[in-house]
Amino acid sequence: MSGRHLTQLAGPLGLIVVAALLGSVASNSTEIYFINALVAVAIVVAIYVFVGNSGVVSFGHISFVAVGAWTAGVLSVPVTEKPAIMQYLFPVLRDHTIGNVPSLLTAAAVGGVYALLVGLPLMRLSGLAAGIATFGVLEITHNLLRYYEKVGPGTNTFSSVPETTDLLQAAIGALLVIGVAFGYQSSRFGRLLRASREDPAAARAVGVSVYQQRLIAFTLSGVLAGFAGGLYVHLLPINSETVYLDLTFITLAMLVIGGMTSLWGAVVGALAVSGLDSLLAEAENGLTIGSLTIDLPAGTRLVIVGALMALVLILRPGGITGGREFRLDFLRRTHPPAPEEPTP
Amino acid sequence: MTLGLLSISWQVIVDSIGLGAVYALMAVGIGLVFGVLRLVNFAYGQLVMAGAYALAFASEWDLPLVVGIAFCFAVVIGLSLIMDVVVFRPLRAQSPAVMLVATFAVAFLLQSIALLAFGPLGKAASSLGSLNRPVTVGDVDIRKITIVAIIVAGICLLLLVLLLERTTMGLHMRAAAMDFRTARLLGVRADRVIGSAVLISALLAATVSVILTVQNPLVTPDFALRDTIVVLAGVVVGGMNRLLTATMGGFAIGFVSGILGGALPSDQSQYLPSFLFGLVILVLLVRPNGLFARGPGPVERV
Repeated sequence: MSGRHLTQLAGPLGLIVVAALLGSVASNSTEIYFINALVAVAIVVAIYVFVGNSGVVSFGHISFVAVGAWTAGVLSVPVTEKPAIMQYLFPVLRDHTIGNVPSLLTAAAVGGVYALLVGLPLMRLSGLAAGIATFGVLEITHNLLRYYEKVGPGTNTFSSVPETTDLLQAAIGALLVIGVAFGYQSSRFGRLLRASREDPAAARAVGVSVYQQRLIAFTLSGVLAGFAGGLYVHLLPINSETVYLDLTFITLAMLVIGGMTSLWGAVVGALAVSGLDSLLAEAENGLTIGSLTIDLPAGTRLVIVGALMALVLILRPGGITGGREFRLDFLRRTHPPAPEEPTP
Repeated sequence: MTLGLLSISWQVIVDSIGLGAVYALMAVGIGLVFGVLRLVNFAYGQLVMAGAYALAFASEWDLPLVVGIAFCFAVVIGLSLIMDVVVFRPLRAQSPAVMLVATFAVAFLLQSIALLAFGPLGKAASSLGSLNRPVTVGDVDIRKITIVAIIVAGICLLLLVLLLERTTMGLHMRAAAMDFRTARLLGVRADRVIGSAVLISALLAATVSVILTVQNPLVTPDFALRDTIVVLAGVVVGGMNRLLTATMGGFAIGFVSGILGGALPSDQSQYLPSFLFGLVILVLLVRPNGLFARGPGPVERV
């Protein structure tokens, strides 16, 4: 791997380390925002692995996060406490409890298998239709997790899951996900998929199976999303509504605002929007800066993030980073050649 | 009376046709804009939602029925034109993926604004409540609104077919849907075609708001959100490359959804979305280009 390549990786990794260090000196009540942001990075990078490299929008990735969260959550609640919140569990789930790391790995595996099963039919579709069909996956997953009480708490909240996702675990998790995403996009498979993103017809003409490449990325991104879901359930008590439309929207907004087509964009977007979101959340509870007291009505957060996302798409469709990877000279970058005559 | 084999009553069938008719209207609204702009308008449901809020306010202010409906149409058309100018127009040069995400953002933005402005509890739109009463035909109770929905959908679709097949504007729209660039070279005015498509699609959205608020008078910020997701899936299942197949897909998913709702035993009825979308994925596995599409369809528009 060339030096320039490693620089590209150094940017995202460095940013995570900085965020983690900042979080470690922050007060206890602020630290949670940093942990949240790091878990968000893991989720957004997982989505990026498929969406960024393939150019196909997916609204379904939060279902892999949900499945990962359910897996890790159900498996790590202590056996003695399972009957209280999940009385209808399958015996095998009811009678076994595993530790933190094994639960995260199982979550990743289950997320990957689920993504593979879902991807087999969906990746046959053309990009746009595939994107919309992924919404169906989200609906099915949400519906099943909400009502099928043999695999989880149903409509209840996942209480009693050991809260092992502290700052260190969140940072290590985010670093791992970024490392895997970078390894994939530098590999032969990642390059083939990116080629098909730029020009599907040309990629097909030189023998790339777009279906196969998309399926590989979809599965890998399912693995990472499942893992991120595991991190999430070990962070806060979640329920089936936590991992549904709002999270889908906010994570897509992070990816879009940062820049959909680069790993750097995914990381920057996740951290930037998380930061903004935390600030707005504080403001909704009443925030005092000096003599100024800001007290926003609840729900302002989503309006501002939504407006920001729409604005970025209209004014700077490449996102904050312009969809480019991290470069040391990025402050002095030259502008890309003007796009071709726009088609209506 | 029941159809022996599946024990689905005529009641369920009529209701399903009614639901299919409403979804077909939404599918046309989405399909028309997709035809000319290659843009899947995710925010279509929020147009319907805005119309529904207009109707709710109209009934709160005790406006006469006709004025209320006119207000609803004005709100939906206005919002739709704003959306076109502010969002769609600057994004026309972008890839379909970017446009899809953008309309998703707009959908969420509008929903959050409604949540902020009108609160989560919802408002009642009750002006047309009398249409909810049933008429009894044989031993089947049909709500009047179901009949109205089916008739209105039929008339709208007929008018649309006449417009597309018999007028110059319709010809231009069909040409633009086939190949926008060539159509422009041959003298089709892009802005007029797009404007008409947006306008007609808004008229349909307003019509859908009126019908849906009668069926479900409680208007909340996520009004019609679920319906839009289902219709979008239906459009994909039907085949989004042609308006006809998209419309049939919309009708089909509404009809199947109604039938499933009637056929599932009550202890499994909460799994209706899973069955429905499972069916969608199954159909896509067998016919990736759409259930009603002919031939293998174009791989890509170059």
